[in-house]
Amino acid sequence: MNAWIAFWSILRKDIKNYYLKPPNISWGIIFPLSWTLMQFVRTPHAQSFNVRELLPGLMGMSILFGTTSMLAVTITFERRGRSFDRLLLAPISMTTLVLAKISGAVLFGAIIAFSPVLFAALLADLSGINWGIAIISILLMAVTSTLLGLAIAISAKEVFEAQTYSNFFRFPMLFLSGLFLPIENLPVFLRPVSYCLPLTYGADMLKGAIMRTGRMDTWFDVAVLIGFGLLLFYYCQWSIKRKWIL
Amino acid sequence: MGIVSVRNLRKVYGDFTAVDGISFDIEQGEIFGFLGPNGAGKTTTINMLIGLARPTGGTIFIDGIDGTRDTKKAQSTMGIVADESNLYDEMDGFDNLCFCASLYGMRKDEREKRAHELLEWFGLKGAGERPFRTWSKGMRRKLTIAAGIIHHPKILFLDEPTTGIDVESARQIRSLILDLKRQGTTVFLTTHYIEEAQRICDRIAFIVNGRIVKSGTLEELMENAGHEHIIRLTLSNSANGVTTDLQHRFPTLHIEAKEENACFISSPEKIPLSPILQYLDSKGISVFEAKEMRPTLEDVFVKVTGIEAGKLHKEKEGKK
Repeated sequence: MNAWIAFWSILRKDIKNYYLKPPNISWGIIFPLSWTLMQFVRTPHAQSFNVRELLPGLMGMSILFGTTSMLAVTITFERRGRSFDRLLLAPISMTTLVLAKISGAVLFGAIIAFSPVLFAALLADLSGINWGIAIISILLMAVTSTLLGLAIAISAKEVFEAQTYSNFFRFPMLFLSGLFLPIENLPVFLRPVSYCLPLTYGADMLKGAIMRTGRMDTWFDVAVLIGFGLLLFYYCQWSIKRKWIL
Repeated sequence: MGIVSVRNLRKVYGDFTAVDGISFDIEQGEIFGFLGPNGAGKTTTINMLIGLARPTGGTIFIDGIDGTRDTKKAQSTMGIVADESNLYDEMDGFDNLCFCASLYGMRKDEREKRAHELLEWFGLKGAGERPFRTWSKGMRRKLTIAAGIIHHPKILFLDEPTTGIDVESARQIRSLILDLKRQGTTVFLTTHYIEEAQRICDRIAFIVNGRIVKSGTLEELMENAGHEHIIRLTLSNSANGVTTDLQHRFPTLHIEAKEENACFISSPEKIPLSPILQYLDSKGISVFEAKEMRPTLEDVFVKVTGIEAGKLHKEKEGKK
């Protein structure tokens, strides 16, 4: 019971203090919108512009950037102000603490994943999408990306460092995960790298749910994403104990 | 065994030994002061006690709980106030207190009642609804202490509670610490203000280079100063010029000009005042006051550690 009280309090505080701030809300809307417009502009003939085809990429990208940015910044910010020490010194387990800290970012990522969907709904027919699988894939992608953001935040001392490290992971992931470029079109030596990225399996699930073009079995994707999630979750706990409890 | 019992506590970082086998006990309801210069091992010790650093060796028992093994259980009995006000700038005072209470599992009604109570007690009620970032340093410090005791801890760890704040707020904080002691809270505090330790601590430990070089009650520490006789002379002239002459004339005494118009004469033997006064009179220097002084904790600190108290202050103020 005590752990739940602490969990909800940390989650509520993070949502109120960080995620519900106007710059973040507008970023969550403007970022996917600008990418959609960019794709629209670069398509030579307006009639060949297929929003539905772009949707998995835009959703995946929104989740990846939304979750990793938010957590990397908020954690580094709290570490600098030493308010994070307050959480480390509270009588709550590391598991509760990590779950509470990532939950806000997971929710934020999952919600902003739907902003491209809203725009797409205005431009295309979205019937036939398997929303059950789409939501599962959004949540699993949000969890793995958030944990990746946390792992990066643990390694950074300053906010700008966290942002820089994040970009080292985010941009290669964007192009290697099959979100925009099919993995088969990548050079052979890069393909194994693609299969080491959690986003690849999330993108495959999303493509399966939206366009029925997933290449792997959906439940295999789910299993791999859960595996990545657990691995990152325990790595983050271990890393916090090792780096911040000296 | 006291409410805090530490035995052979060590912390080694690579080749550097930050804390070198210290042992001490803190009794229920007392204020225990940790006094030492920068880098002496004060913060490392406090971090090991509160669970923010892992000891290399030794044992820590907090209220009978093994702090090295069952850290989270031990933390539930402690209140911790860091040397910086580490609350949330975006939140107001009331929300900050409620949030801190929730980390200890306090229910909504219980934490709101306690937050109102503490804001009232600490004289912060008027500012309770203002964002924390708009508060003055002294107010921030007080709220941080309030957050440390929101869950009624048995022992409160205070790291440099009055450093960097105005005199009035520091006075109020000292008074709050004494109130907490009266209510039965045990307090462990680190400070670089020797007078502060002397004024509020029941027992004090001097820590230098990771080792406790002396500890005890104020009386026990004072005994260490021996039975030195000290006389303070307030003079009509600058004390600097007179000191050399006096020292030359009375070589068995130790004479120092610590203030502009005052010199201090110390000796293990009784000080022969008449010849000194006569000598000064012959030099045309009037003595406005001759006062016998008791040795202070600062004298004991300097004697035991060999560190000038002034240096201790400068180092710390520089750090802040």
